[in-house]
Amino acid sequence: MPFRLLKLAITGAENEPRFFDTREDLKPSYDVVIIGGGGHGLACAYYLTRDHGVTNVAVLEQGYIGGGNTGRNTTIVRSNYLTPEGVKFYDESVKLFKDLSSELDLNIFYSTRGHFTLAHTEAALRTSRWRAEVNKHYGIESEVWDRDQIAREVPELDLDCGGNTPVLGALYHAPGAVARHDAIAWGYGRGANNRGVEIHQKTRVMGLRINGGQIIGVETDRGFVATEKVISMVAGSTPRITKMAGFETPIEIHPLQACVSEPVKPFLDTIIVSSGLHIYVSQSSRGELVMGASVDPSTLHSTRSTFDFVEGLADKLLDLFPFVAGLKVTRQWAGMADMTPDFAPLMGLTPVRGFYLDAGWGTWGFKATPVSGKTMAHTAVHDRPHDLIEPFRMTRFTDYQLVGEKGAASVGF
Amino acid sequence: MKQITCPHIGRRPLSEFVFGGEVRTPPKAGDASDGEWGAHVFHRDGAPGIKREWWYHGPTGTWFILRRDTRTDEFLGALDYGEARHRP
Ligand SMILES: Cc1cc2nc3c(=O)[nH]c(=O)nc-3n(C[C@H](O)[C@H](O)[C@H](O)COP(=O)(O)OP(=O)(O)OC[C@H]3O[C@@H](n4cnc5c(N)ncnc54)[C@H](O)[C@@H]3O)c2cc1C
Repeated sequence: MPFRLLKLAITGAENEPRFFDTREDLKPSYDVVIIGGGGHGLACAYYLTRDHGVTNVAVLEQGYIGGGNTGRNTTIVRSNYLTPEGVKFYDESVKLFKDLSSELDLNIFYSTRGHFTLAHTEAALRTSRWRAEVNKHYGIESEVWDRDQIAREVPELDLDCGGNTPVLGALYHAPGAVARHDAIAWGYGRGANNRGVEIHQKTRVMGLRINGGQIIGVETDRGFVATEKVISMVAGSTPRITKMAGFETPIEIHPLQACVSEPVKPFLDTIIVSSGLHIYVSQSSRGELVMGASVDPSTLHSTRSTFDFVEGLADKLLDLFPFVAGLKVTRQWAGMADMTPDFAPLMGLTPVRGFYLDAGWGTWGFKATPVSGKTMAHTAVHDRPHDLIEPFRMTRFTDYQLVGEKGAASVGF
Repeated sequence: MKQITCPHIGRRPLSEFVFGGEVRTPPKAGDASDGEWGAHVFHRDGAPGIKREWWYHGPTGTWFILRRDTRTDEFLGALDYGEARHRP
């Protein structure tokens, strides 16, 4: 590698193969247009080609690929949800994740850590037991641990939380993992591109052209593109796109913030979530603490960061790990989380024929990247929701069939 | 911390307030179908813009209607609930 690097320093890298080709021109029409080059959009493009042989596909990304929530998330992957619909769906995603490095021929740094959801109250413990039972029913490793078991596995944790809100127990989910977010976007992007998909960065969708209730194309800042199938996979920009389509959804955008500390010697090899303190933390392979909390309380279409967030988070984190008090926060950032009232996604058909929605990913959608791509590709090709996503249809709010996932998703990520 | 200026209470820090969501007019009771009620309760015009929103000031127990730009987080004026009822 160093020799190669040296050679490139002398000869220049212009003629080196790129990760995927960067095309100049948009074609006048495509079989499928995907709006949004995050993990979901690129995964969907990949499965359209691999599973359905649909290759005349364009992914339109207003910025650069993975620059949305995909590249801003804290990468927790798990399947210990609360509803049977959620558990089955996310479990399929975990299975896909496990093979993804070889599937995409790219190391996604999938690292199984074990995931603790700490319970500080009897009510939280009850939700943990409920989740464990639902999870086990679907064959997922998930159990309630008592204080002694937690202390053995995570000796650094102050289970008494400085006397404030002692930990009573935890939901332990052995398969809980983290992965490299950029690699997911780039791996799926390259895989799709190798099979013929065009990826157009710096291409923003400005409007949808609809005729008699059927989508016929998209207006972009680089001109009109005709197509009879559009899949919107834009997470935090979803309400802007659904406004173009002329219908409302329950989605509201709240900033979700995160931060990392300076790197330190490894001391934490598990993922710790506290539903009571509303924070979570893991340690990256570089030694940084990766930390986050719940969404900001009011809606906002912006990725600004606040001092209030770091202050509130540090206050709670010190209850769990008092000895990190001297650590410095080196970076903080935010993404725009597309929140739904029941903390489950919105997926599938919409009132506009040929226009499909993959949204409502809030604080929990990174783990769903593979399965969303796969099921949305199936849904668009067959114009019928894939069985796994049927419960997540947008009409569930007007026919009162909500998928109450709040107990497992609000800070769990 | 951000400060919000309201009638009666003056400039107060954001941490004293609770966000109550966008102001929406409910359909007429009796006239609306289940689906219309569902849409009223759950659906939102979630797109960015200048919005009229409910905000609750905890220490005084007062609800206000504030105008806010949801792109920049700027507060653009406030009405108290009593006033707001007479000014659509
Ligand atoms: C701080 C933070 C921490 C998180 N932690 C976790 C976690 O631990 N585990 C987990 O599972 N999930 C987590 N999430 C949620 C997760 O990041 C998202 O749900 C997921 O990445 C969504 O992926 P996506 O591909 O749908 O969206 P994005 O990655 O946001 O991609 C959407 C893309 O669409 C583009 N776009 C938008 N509008 C247009 C337009 N008009 N034209 C063209 N392109 C457009 C955007 O530029 C963007 O690149 C977290 C999120 C944040 C913000």
